[in-house]
Amino acid sequence: MLQTIRTSFNRRSFLKSTALAGGGMLIGFHWAAAGIPMSDQAFEVPEEWFKFNGFLKISPTGQITIQSPNPEIGQNVKTSMPMIVADELDADWSKIIVEQAPLNTAIFKRQLAGGSQSIRQGWQSLRMAGASAREMLKSATAQLWNVPIHELSTKEGHVLHIPSGKSIGYGEIASKAAVLPIPAEVTLKSEKDFHIIGTSRQNVDGISIVTGKPLFGIDYKKEGMRMAMIVHPPAFGLKLKSADLTQAKKMPGIVDAFTFKTYNEGIAKSAFDNTSFNELIAIVGKTTWEVMQGKKAVQAEWKPMPEYVEKRALFDRTIDVIIPSGLESTASHLQKMDEAAKTAFKVVRKDGDPETAFGQATHVLERTYEAPFLPHNTLEPMNFFADVTETHATLVGPIQTPEIMEKSVSERLGIPVENIDIQMTRMGGGFGRRLYGHFLVEAAVISQMVKAPVKLLYTREDDMTSGIYRPAYRVTYRAAFDADKKLTAFHVRAGGVPESPLSANRFPAGAIDNYLAEEWSVPSNISVGAWRAPRSNFIAGAEQSFLDEVAEYMNQDPIAFRLTLLEKAQASPVGKDNDYDPVRYAGVLKLVQEKANWSPTNQNSGRGVAAYFCHNSYVAQVVDVEMNDDTPIVKKVTAAVDCGIVINQTAAVNMTEGGIVDGIGHALYGNLTFADGVPEHSNFNTYRLTRHREAPKEIEVYFVENGIAPTGLGEPPLPPVIGALANALYKATGKRFYKQPFLGKA
Amino acid sequence: MALVTLEVNGIMHSLNIDPATPLLWVIRDHLGLEGTKFGCGIASCGACTVHIDGAAMRSCVFPVSEAAGKKITTIEGLSSDASHPVQRAWLEIDVAQCGYCQAGQIMSAAALLHQNPSPTDAQIERAMSGNICRCGTYLRIKQAVKTAATIIKE
Repeated sequence: MLQTIRTSFNRRSFLKSTALAGGGMLIGFHWAAAGIPMSDQAFEVPEEWFKFNGFLKISPTGQITIQSPNPEIGQNVKTSMPMIVADELDADWSKIIVEQAPLNTAIFKRQLAGGSQSIRQGWQSLRMAGASAREMLKSATAQLWNVPIHELSTKEGHVLHIPSGKSIGYGEIASKAAVLPIPAEVTLKSEKDFHIIGTSRQNVDGISIVTGKPLFGIDYKKEGMRMAMIVHPPAFGLKLKSADLTQAKKMPGIVDAFTFKTYNEGIAKSAFDNTSFNELIAIVGKTTWEVMQGKKAVQAEWKPMPEYVEKRALFDRTIDVIIPSGLESTASHLQKMDEAAKTAFKVVRKDGDPETAFGQATHVLERTYEAPFLPHNTLEPMNFFADVTETHATLVGPIQTPEIMEKSVSERLGIPVENIDIQMTRMGGGFGRRLYGHFLVEAAVISQMVKAPVKLLYTREDDMTSGIYRPAYRVTYRAAFDADKKLTAFHVRAGGVPESPLSANRFPAGAIDNYLAEEWSVPSNISVGAWRAPRSNFIAGAEQSFLDEVAEYMNQDPIAFRLTLLEKAQASPVGKDNDYDPVRYAGVLKLVQEKANWSPTNQNSGRGVAAYFCHNSYVAQVVDVEMNDDTPIVKKVTAAVDCGIVINQTAAVNMTEGGIVDGIGHALYGNLTFADGVPEHSNFNTYRLTRHREAPKEIEVYFVENGIAPTGLGEPPLPPVIGALANALYKATGKRFYKQPFLGKA
Repeated sequence: MALVTLEVNGIMHSLNIDPATPLLWVIRDHLGLEGTKFGCGIASCGACTVHIDGAAMRSCVFPVSEAAGKKITTIEGLSSDASHPVQRAWLEIDVAQCGYCQAGQIMSAAALLHQNPSPTDAQIERAMSGNICRCGTYLRIKQAVKTAATIIKE
């Protein structure tokens, strides 16, 4: 079905067209601006949607430049999103150049790139931009040739008039098209006419990457730039008592050393300002190596940090968060989680009468799952460039939240937001870490204090030990059965340090008559944040392992068991607000069942299955493992993915493979433990990240073809694979795996 | 400080420098070749891999004084137009996600193929296991090494 969308709201246009001085046309658009319903129902349109952050330029030579405002953290948006524009435009992909949008916050208001939402939000607006340009090119051609517009069509960068056989290149007509009004509404292409969307296009930065071009924040430099590093407290729960910087300042190449505060005391911080360490020691020098040496000469004393109250600015209000004092350890966390899980939980969702069902059960299956803190370990450590003058601040580097950090920098430096320019570079991995921009503020403060441009660089040890971790989690599942081994009630009680991983409205909520979900948390002074597929990265694996045991107890095939529950959720859903579509959920299970040749009667010895829904997408996986003595070898992973329409086939497969490797690697090895507030790993010699020889030998990825608007893919492939792995390991070893890391010390 | 003469990508450089400075920082800070990456500083991730007399070495722990008189090749010296077979293979397989580790991966792969033009899967895994890819592109890397081996033989 063809879809027509409006290009304006309340007579304000989401698009603007301009003729270029040297010929050609320029269309400005906002990448998230077209989520507008066609009806005139009350709908508040964010003001930013009328500001443009993406541009489409057609030059007189026919070369098309698409400027994308979205930060590239490896999720392929810089290639995939322009593919959407180019397809609607009917452009020739070989004539397309993709640029990061120019770095000027006065014009470009940029976006958050978290939560696998880029493609989802950009889909309609990018199509609107491409389709509008296409219609304007056709209109201009119709006027030029004096033919009715409906006789014109477009193909590979040309407008065609089939009756006469004439054709004209986009570049030749662009200047005339540029001065036409933006069409009030445009009709989007039908899915069957896509010629770029759904194909495989190589990464537009591929050549720059393989030839070592300076693309990343760590590569950015400016004449006169100083290098800076930071000494932060050696343990969570400590703060600076005193610093003797005399020796450090005498070291070769060191130009300054001083203490500073990242944020002003008492301000309300956004979640993205999170950091445990506000008072730090800066070492500034001429070269990286000299600063590394100068850092070693810092003599500092530390003292216990007392309990304090941190003001957190939420969307609509400010809350007080009490940050406890003390030197926390993994052992103390486990003890406190035990206590909280027994006494300090609250009910989040209840359907039916779970208490009675459990009371009447003939059998109750209860299992507890745990996972530790995890650092993100982006391979490019935290870094940022800052050039702060008395009136202006220019900041360049890897950050996913520039608009939010702009406010933080403004508040801290006392420079108005309009004089602060934050520029994004390509990012050497994100996984959630670069949502939290304290390092950017730190760089700005250091530059302000030394009155020079500086590049702040974290060493790997700084990066791994100074926080923003995936929280430590624990969940207990209980299932009640009657005498016929029928599942009568389901209970989940989940928590963590310092946050719960529970999503109470997810499957199997909605599929079980008596359902109870509870959560608890343990306060901590260890800073945590989003880590690839927040919460789901733990609870999916736990839930899917538990469902495997439930199915086993009921003597049911694990896929058939899940499909039965999903049929119930579809036919007669229990409760309200179930946040998944049972049909799409079942769809990925059925696809993986077929593609992995899953058979209930003839299973390989080390084969497990899992499925999960998060970030709007559905993924099911079958994992095949073999044991080599005590070491599992993942022979094959078969994945079925429903992320709606796939934009860039090769990139979507790549992302899915990456999520699978990442999930399996962290489930097997990832483990950041604490002793007296000190993270017990600080570099890759002891902190184990998955390596070539440990990666799955083979991964097959299949996508559900359903024509649904695209949804996220950066996160959804990771969570279920942990469950599929645990279930496969059970089949291979006879042992259930309840604690992550599966191959870690107890 | 000491005077050190280095040959990097066929060009001679003379530097007055702390002889203990790791080659990585000389390449990045002093010579301005930023394709070689910093990942861990202790030779545990491979992001800083360069060729020293043809062998893949971790430049983050390699003192510049020991590099004197040796032929050093960085990712920029492999080719600037992506024409080296390993670079071509990386593009053909579309390996990169974030791309940060890939220069180091490519340098390790190029050194491997120089020594062993037809590596088995197990040999590739062994030779490449010093290079971490946090995005998890290992399968594509393995495929690209095999593709590069084919390109070299053509």
